[in-house]
Amino acid sequence: MRVEHELHHRRRGRNLGVGLLLVAFVGLIFGLTVVKTLSLGSIVELERFDHVARPQLVPQAKEAGQ
Amino acid sequence: MTDASMTNLSRPGAPEASFGDYFALLKPRVMSLVVFTALVGLVVAPVPVHPFLGFVAILCIAVGGGASGALNMWWDADIDAIMRRTKSRPIPSGKTSPGDALALGLALSGFSVAVLFLAAGPLAAGLLAFTIFFYAVIYTMWLKRSTPQNIVIGGAAGAFPPMIGWAAATGDIAIESVLMFALTFMWTPPHFWALALFVKTDYGDAGVPMLTETHGRRSTRRHILAYTVLLVPVALGLGFTSIGGPVYLAIAAVLNLQFLAGAWQLFRRSEEQAEADGYAAEKKVFKISLGYLFLHFGALLIEAALRPWGGSWQILSGLFGA
Repeated sequence: MRVEHELHHRRRGRNLGVGLLLVAFVGLIFGLTVVKTLSLGSIVELERFDHVARPQLVPQAKEAGQ
Repeated sequence: MTDASMTNLSRPGAPEASFGDYFALLKPRVMSLVVFTALVGLVVAPVPVHPFLGFVAILCIAVGGGASGALNMWWDADIDAIMRRTKSRPIPSGKTSPGDALALGLALSGFSVAVLFLAAGPLAAGLLAFTIFFYAVIYTMWLKRSTPQNIVIGGAAGAFPPMIGWAAATGDIAIESVLMFALTFMWTPPHFWALALFVKTDYGDAGVPMLTETHGRRSTRRHILAYTVLLVPVALGLGFTSIGGPVYLAIAAVLNLQFLAGAWQLFRRSEEQAEADGYAAEKKVFKISLGYLFLHFGALLIEAALRPWGGSWQILSGLFGA
């Protein structure tokens, strides 16, 4: 026979609450990323967040190529 | 499931805290005032904010306020256990441990400041960090138990949210945000002391100096009048800044006249007179003070709502053909 203790109900509620908070936190950071990215003025600004070196972002490199 | 997993190992014999107990550590009732004034600070700012960023900023300010509440409960657990009003808080009632409150307060402080930095920039995050530090360290740990002016100092921490909301929108501090801070700061002492005059508190038993007990009720009445007199120019001055206008000024004029008249009445009354009518005037002033702050910030919201039509000054001059 399996008897459900009141403590288990409380723990379930707490775990569920923490789980929902973590999901909300992920949603929050994702939403922040989307809003911040979409509010950038131009594509060049977006490329600044890229970890790949892009010579076209450096004015001197642009001039040298011309 | 073993028996060992059904007991709280950190505090044998104590029940495990529920999610609601942790939430109660954040002082949700205080949070509602913080959310309202911060929202007004954000909305009345002249720079439009993306709704999601605005939501995140308000959330962070609320969580930061809650975190400082948890730190306050951690530090004050000893005196909370003595006073009737605070006896049932999660730590003195044994629902959560002081360590839990400290961990929650520190974690949420870090979270709220870091996310506000990402959402609204360094000034808003810095102001929030300072507010948490001010409430938890300067007020709770240092001055609350050492001076009867503790209410004045605690009021400063509660006055920062509209300034943080403004900084989240503009990235700056301006006369408008400083006056919103000053309005809440100057309002707190007369509001609280009016309550202290008719509610019997047990702060004295807990060793917390309160003006009514250290300096007497006569002195408290003088203090109420002095702070109310200083509050009036702050409240009216806000009406002449870019976020004020005739609607705000009209509402502020009525509210300040009412508050000032009430404070004057309290100053004139003797303790015998107050006892004779069951502290009716003191209760009335406390009630006025409750609406006072809410309606001032509400009036600022109305002024902001009228901005698409050129603002209330423009509308007024249009109505009278000036």
